[in-house]
Amino acid sequence: MIASTLKCARSPAEALAPPRHPSVAMLKMLWADKFALAAAIFLLIALFCAIFGPSLMEEAATKLNLRDRNAPPFDTERGWMFVLGADSLGRSILARILVASQNTLLIAAASVAFAMLVGGTLGLIAGYSGRRVSDTIMRLADVIMSFPSLLLAVIVLYMLEPSILNLVFVLAITRIPIYLRTTRAEVLEIRERMFIQAAQVMGASSARIILRHMLPIVIPTLVTIGTLDFAFVMLAESSLSFLGIGIQPPEITWGLMIAQGRAYLNQAWWLAFWPGVAIILTTMSLNLLSGWLRIALDPLQRWRLEMGGNNNAN
Amino acid sequence: MSSFIGRRSLSSGISLIGLIVLIFFLSRLTGDPTGLYLPLDASLEARDNFRVVHGLNDPLIQQFGRYVADILQLDFGESIRKARPALEVVLEAFPWTLWLAAVTLFCVTIAAIVIGSLAAFNVGGPFDRLSGMLSLAAASAPDFWIAILGIFLFSVNLGWVPTSGTGTVWHWVLPVSVLFIRPFGLIMQVVRGSMINALSSAYVKTARAKGVKERSIIFVHALRNAMLPVVTVIGDQAAGMLNGAVVVETIFGFPGIGKLMIDSILQRDFTVVLAAIMVTALAIFLMNLLIDLLYAVLDPRIRY
Amino acid sequence: MQTETAHVLEVKDLAVEFHTVQGRVKAVRDVSFYLDRGETLAILGESGSGKSVSASAIMNLIDSPPGYITQGSITYRGQDLLGMTGAERRRINGCKIAMIFQDPLAHLNPVYPVGWQIAELMRAHGVEKATASARALELMERVGLPNAKARFDAYPHQFSGGQRQRLMIAMALGLEPDILIADEPTTALDVTVQAQILELLQKLQAETGMGLLLITHDLGVVADIADRVVVMNSGEIVEAGTTREVFKHPRHAYTQKLIAAAPGKGALHAVEPSQDGSAPLLEVENVVKYYGGLKALKGASFTLMPGETIAIVGESGSGKSTLARTLLRLEEPTEGRALYKGRDLFALSPKELFDMRREIQMVFQDPTQSLNPRMRVEQLISEAWAIHRDLLPRAQWSDRVAELLLQVGLLPEHAQRYPHQFSGGQRQRIAIARALAMSPELIICDEAVSALDVSIQAQVIALLDELRRTFNLSYIFIAHDLPVVRDFADRVIVMQNGEIVEMGTVEQIFNRPQQAYTRDLLAAGLEADPDIQSARRAERAAHAALSAV
Repeated sequence: MIASTLKCARSPAEALAPPRHPSVAMLKMLWADKFALAAAIFLLIALFCAIFGPSLMEEAATKLNLRDRNAPPFDTERGWMFVLGADSLGRSILARILVASQNTLLIAAASVAFAMLVGGTLGLIAGYSGRRVSDTIMRLADVIMSFPSLLLAVIVLYMLEPSILNLVFVLAITRIPIYLRTTRAEVLEIRERMFIQAAQVMGASSARIILRHMLPIVIPTLVTIGTLDFAFVMLAESSLSFLGIGIQPPEITWGLMIAQGRAYLNQAWWLAFWPGVAIILTTMSLNLLSGWLRIALDPLQRWRLEMGGNNNAN
Repeated sequence: MSSFIGRRSLSSGISLIGLIVLIFFLSRLTGDPTGLYLPLDASLEARDNFRVVHGLNDPLIQQFGRYVADILQLDFGESIRKARPALEVVLEAFPWTLWLAAVTLFCVTIAAIVIGSLAAFNVGGPFDRLSGMLSLAAASAPDFWIAILGIFLFSVNLGWVPTSGTGTVWHWVLPVSVLFIRPFGLIMQVVRGSMINALSSAYVKTARAKGVKERSIIFVHALRNAMLPVVTVIGDQAAGMLNGAVVVETIFGFPGIGKLMIDSILQRDFTVVLAAIMVTALAIFLMNLLIDLLYAVLDPRIRY
Repeated sequence: MQTETAHVLEVKDLAVEFHTVQGRVKAVRDVSFYLDRGETLAILGESGSGKSVSASAIMNLIDSPPGYITQGSITYRGQDLLGMTGAERRRINGCKIAMIFQDPLAHLNPVYPVGWQIAELMRAHGVEKATASARALELMERVGLPNAKARFDAYPHQFSGGQRQRLMIAMALGLEPDILIADEPTTALDVTVQAQILELLQKLQAETGMGLLLITHDLGVVADIADRVVVMNSGEIVEAGTTREVFKHPRHAYTQKLIAAAPGKGALHAVEPSQDGSAPLLEVENVVKYYGGLKALKGASFTLMPGETIAIVGESGSGKSTLARTLLRLEEPTEGRALYKGRDLFALSPKELFDMRREIQMVFQDPTQSLNPRMRVEQLISEAWAIHRDLLPRAQWSDRVAELLLQVGLLPEHAQRYPHQFSGGQRQRIAIARALAMSPELIICDEAVSALDVSIQAQVIALLDELRRTFNLSYIFIAHDLPVVRDFADRVIVMQNGEIVEMGTVEQIFNRPQQAYTRDLLAAGLEADPDIQSARRAERAAHAALSAV
């Protein structure tokens, strides 16, 4: 009898495969999707720059050199530091991009982390608690949502001082509803699933049901959205800095570099061009990685990546 | 139906009140409100005078009452910049934004639906891969960067279209194109995903078993079912644009709400900012209502 | 012996492969069968047997990739279907060969009116719009939809499950096809509705002379209406012949096993549970549950003795699941008492309720959903001890998990796997092991075997029965079908519309039913025996003729 029921209708080989360590499995799946792999490598490099860039490049990024003002890119005479050209004060654009990566990524990361934490927690509460609490929380989200995030940020930054902390705070506030709504919707759906009822029948406490049964399912969704949102927040911060109400000089971000380069567009297009490339590459990588995560973190979709090259139907 | 509109109005009203309260307290509690209403170089005398005239020395609760009463009468005060009622200034700028948003979204919707559907029809095919990369790049592009590169390339170097301002149809080309890119990338991806789901659904199988033509399966059977999530995203994008495509309007000198709002903020014309917020909030409320009604039209299972 | 071309539809040596994680998997191998007008051929098989793939191949509905027809031919009136272009296949689909599906709600487009959808089949084959609509209305009346004219523009969600299947049938009949393929047409329906749909199919077949290709896992359905049957197992045909021949003298071991597994053949539990002596385990008194205005449960009372199995049987909307959920306090009752060992379950403090959870456990209908997909089997089973800390010291958890897995017929090394790595029957075994981890006295099984294949059903029921004897368990066994509970239950409660219609020992209910509804339910249940079914049909026909006079 045992032998006959061992037959697994869907995938016999999978059922017999020994369980692999999760991180090994993840790396294998990343290897299977070459675009996502490239994106992950790029993001790792960006992360490295964000952490070590300022300490390694600070000098090169701030050294004025009026002789090299608006030096064009791909000119090998000045050394590899000037491969992307120099800005209006003769500073290396490459060095400045590497230094600016810290602020750019830090602001986005902090905003997303803060929004995810607050939004996720409120979403769990709204989804699991009674109607009244849930309604109150959702109304709050509606107030924020009735305004596109960029405009809300503009207005609040107008009233507050534009500092990095305020910027993070404002960007986070505008993104909280995304996480809140997603988490709540997910929790409402999970709550109806039978394994939650099975846990209730066993006498599991609310805390246990939320932490052990709901959170592990909600978190992959949040991480996926967070990756996508990271790109969005980065663009929003760039826009604000571009408009002059985000980061203030002498601090730099990629968005601010574009704003500063705008005035020299006719003489030196590369001033505004390269930071834009940095932004677009980072956001694209995040989008690619988010798409990959969506599949990799879903046990029912994972096979597409485990199948290797044949993952067309995602 | 009418009870649904009532309920929606009520909840939007609550949201709006929340917003009004938020703005009031942010403007009063984060420092000197005269700093918000008056130019930066206003003299101390002028500030004192302003305080007395506008009752800023009164108890907070009294000020709040007056503030709310004024808003209810649609009296937002005078624009300092233009020396005209703020509401008038805002209503002048609003149609520009409305048109810009309408034209752009119209193009985006058509393009995204056609290309997204075709990509979904042959998943993994060359067209799907190409459009996938394109939409990904489009969804990742910073619009202000595209805008200034566009000006540099098409206006300055090639001289095909004017750099900024309004007047002719040509003035609209660049703003619409730049505004088009990101929503197109986002909406196309949603259309594609939603269409893939719809095309693998059971009712499409039935249609095939009935001998219905592929064209009709895509555009009659699958598309209408796939439209619900698409409409949601279009609504979100529309809300963003109604609030003024801040960046694009600023760069192209387009006299819409977004530029007005940024200019007013930079020149500390608070009354105009307030009026603009209220007008756009109302517009967004109406648009959300429209979207909800559209849901019901698209899907007979949704009844309010 | 007929010549090949004489058959309307003929499938020869068909092989279909799917590209999957494991590489190429042969879903179907060497499948051959034929069908003529006026006859009914059933393809019988359990899930994964390839029976639906064969039908999809006929209709050109296999998604490629991942599926490819690698071998064989399908001919319709001598024309080779596989050699045709897509456009040519389209002209045959719906027009000459039509198909209806298992889940009509999903298979009807939710956003178009049903009349439009029925007419669309005809329009797709060149019938003019007005003619098609008129004929669609006619068809809706013909398949027995009440008030067809008024409901022509209604949407699928506004119909009941049985009515939706009637709509699908009406749609398929639009152009009077030669062949109707019915893929599990009655699987999700209540037994009484199933009987009506099968009757309708037979009537329409007699009227139009079409050939019916019935794909099903249900032996009863085959016994009821098929002339011939083809039995499939893991992609191959293991046996073919007339229904009577196959059912009475199955030659292949798989067919024999399948027929033996059909429920309702074993000996009835004759033991009359002693009403005196021991105290009842559970006394349910007038339990009522309203959801707003909906009266889901209008007052149920019964008594359960220790070691006894009570089956609660009813169709959808009968209130049987509500009753189970209320007893487990997943729903709060509107009224009533439930005394468990003399204490009212509905009046327990949270602490008392927590303790009570150990004694009453539940096994849910669908093990795919009742097991958390992100937890390993070991975590799933040991969760009981994580919640009730004093039950078992942590050091003994993994030993006890291994022991429980063996008890439910699994292996200790299964403990490190995830639920999706098991088959449906294995998952239900895991769910049972989880319930046993608490060492409960009462297990409530809510449709615990409904989602499983027949042969697996029999195994799980045998397991439950064995566990009852080993641990002296009591069961409340909820089911929508009478045959399943026949050789398992001591007593049976029949419910309808939130009320208990009849209650009695299994012998009373099956051999001497008192209420008309119980008799209807019994009559509608299909026996896996063509003789019994044809006798019943004759009886029904005579009855209908009599009442018509």
